[in-house]
Amino acid sequence: MSTEELLKEQAEYKYGFVTDIETDAIPKGLSEETIRIISEKKNEPSFLLEFRLKAYAKFLEMQEPNWANLRHPPIDYQDIRYYSAPKKKQSLSSLEEVDPEILKTFERLGIPLDEQKRLTNVAVDVVFDSVSLGTTFQKTLKEAGVVLCPISEAVHEYPELVEKYLGSVVPIGDNYFAALNSAVFSDGSFVYIPKGVRCPIELSTYFRINDKQSGQFERTLIIAEEDSFVSYLEGCTAPAFDNNQLHAAVVELIALDRAEIKYATVQNWYSGNPETGLGGIYNFVTKRGRCQGYRSKITWSQVEAGAAITWKYPSCILQGDESIGEFYSVALTNGLMQADTGTKMVHLGKNTRSTIISKGISADRSHNTYRGLVKMAPRAERARNYTQCDSMLVGNRCSANTFPYIEVANETSRVEHEASTSKMSEEQLFYLQTRGISREDAINMIVSGFCKDVIRVLPLEFAVEAQKLLTLKLENSVG
Amino acid sequence: MLEIKELHVAIDGKPILKGLTLTVHKGEVHAIMGPNGAGKSTLAKVLAGDPSYEILSGEILFEGQNILELTPEERSHLGLFMSFQYPVEIPGITNFQFLHAAKNARLKAQGKPLHSEEVFDAILDEKMVEIDVRREFKARDLNEGFSGGEKKRNEILQMAVLEPKLAILDETDSGLDIDAMRIVSRGVNCLTHAENALILITHYQRLLDYIRPGFVHVVIDGRIVQSGGPELALELEEKGYDWLVKE
Repeated sequence: MSTEELLKEQAEYKYGFVTDIETDAIPKGLSEETIRIISEKKNEPSFLLEFRLKAYAKFLEMQEPNWANLRHPPIDYQDIRYYSAPKKKQSLSSLEEVDPEILKTFERLGIPLDEQKRLTNVAVDVVFDSVSLGTTFQKTLKEAGVVLCPISEAVHEYPELVEKYLGSVVPIGDNYFAALNSAVFSDGSFVYIPKGVRCPIELSTYFRINDKQSGQFERTLIIAEEDSFVSYLEGCTAPAFDNNQLHAAVVELIALDRAEIKYATVQNWYSGNPETGLGGIYNFVTKRGRCQGYRSKITWSQVEAGAAITWKYPSCILQGDESIGEFYSVALTNGLMQADTGTKMVHLGKNTRSTIISKGISADRSHNTYRGLVKMAPRAERARNYTQCDSMLVGNRCSANTFPYIEVANETSRVEHEASTSKMSEEQLFYLQTRGISREDAINMIVSGFCKDVIRVLPLEFAVEAQKLLTLKLENSVG
Repeated sequence: MLEIKELHVAIDGKPILKGLTLTVHKGEVHAIMGPNGAGKSTLAKVLAGDPSYEILSGEILFEGQNILELTPEERSHLGLFMSFQYPVEIPGITNFQFLHAAKNARLKAQGKPLHSEEVFDAILDEKMVEIDVRREFKARDLNEGFSGGEKKRNEILQMAVLEPKLAILDETDSGLDIDAMRIVSRGVNCLTHAENALILITHYQRLLDYIRPGFVHVVIDGRIVQSGGPELALELEEKGYDWLVKE
């Protein structure tokens, strides 16, 4: 397998620089000592060390969750290296050094040449362009007063904001993986949109990670002050590889009065060998937004197409009266992938509204589960939710499950739930083909028809690529 | 236009067509009749290129070209069209999008300029009037929630848009009431002329009251056992198929 070769290459590369690792990294294993070293190495203020230690204490009391519809061998948390200085990705001198399989995928996805080079970390010839692009970008943000920086930097530059909001949406003891992340998080993004500011550009991790590995315990914090707006894009459609198998990220969003946050994700982590399931990322993510202010709004949109295991429930706490939460999701599983994903909409304020549109596509021998909670608190008068949950099966060896939980504690709120299951069949493809449409276009048509309510809300630059990605992933599965 | 020579076809190892031979010239209308399970629908699907069938031996020549190695879309681009007995439903894609994509795929294969949405919309409107299909068909999802009659009418609309050289209608009459059948047949009659050809697969004589075939063939057990003119259909209506089976 070419992908394995690539991983092997990366591993070999690592061994080639053993001395570097020994000086930059701490030994494997998790303990209070580990956490103190991490905090010290990052020169963190005391509040953050306390935050980490409290989280670690919680973590020790907790059990790995077993309620999800997922199976995997036990994870050895002592076999993980919790700190190494941010490393540069392996730098290549030309695209010829990149695995041809990956290049083929890039080509199919229509990713421009310069972008391909950036993703595979080939030094870009026309450096001038990319540098000036990044500079213009930072200048535009600065003029608008928007802050976008690594969270490790924000800890020093904006300590009062970090102290106030970090862990305010996802408490340190929220769940096992969030506790672990809170104890050992490496780095991530910090975004601050001041009062009344409409962020002039879509913020993308593109401009931040560049040649650095994003890290296995990522932490993101986005704060939108009153009357502000921001759209944030995470990930890309290109296949992503990592030697670390466990990924446990935490993302927290805070929207104050009349603020709006849109958070879009395209996830295409390596999903392991499709026959044996070996390798592949375990993606255990806690994403939650708090619509704290009156008429605030948070929209999650995601295309989850990779990772061996996805455990992820981007949620909204609708605290402010008349606040709005939205969740649009496409989760595709093939090979031996497993996904247990969905959302939680917790209605606390009056006249709050939420919409959930979930599309699950499962192919080959994969398992795809939607799990969602809609909760109407006693005070959430006249709150409304609409949920639509559709599954599409490709082939007859996969499975799809839906677990909608509904808790209603007042009489004036309204909850609607619709669900369907369909099958992409050889007959559908044949039908379209007999009308002159190619097999690839036929798959594309069926998938985009199925997912159109989600694709429509994605930022434009994601939408086209995401659709191609879904088609590409399914091409070998139909039959 | 079409020559089928000694065609043997199996599905899941089970032989269905056992040496079927048929020749169709342009301008002709052929009816293929026969009892259930004789292989009529198999013939239609094999012509269209359904990959679930296995071709054991024989040839299918379309305008002199062997099409057995071609994909369904390539056959469509050559001018072959099959109307499905059970058209499939595809949610999320409107009829308009689908027809536009199909038409443009054909134009592209022919190396002709593609139709913009506006241009295609005008063409589609014309076709819809011609074969009496309601305008709301355009915005509805492809066959989704269509009644049996609506699906069949939608097949005829697709045929009108794609303008095939050879159309195979697989039991287009089944499940239709008299009114629907009259509308469908009127559509079909509009679309047949001296330059193209039509194969009708049917159980019943009644469709043939509306579309007059020049040739009638009876398929039994994977072979054509009897061929004749329109009068053969009447004879079958009267006597059934048993007298042919016994031979």
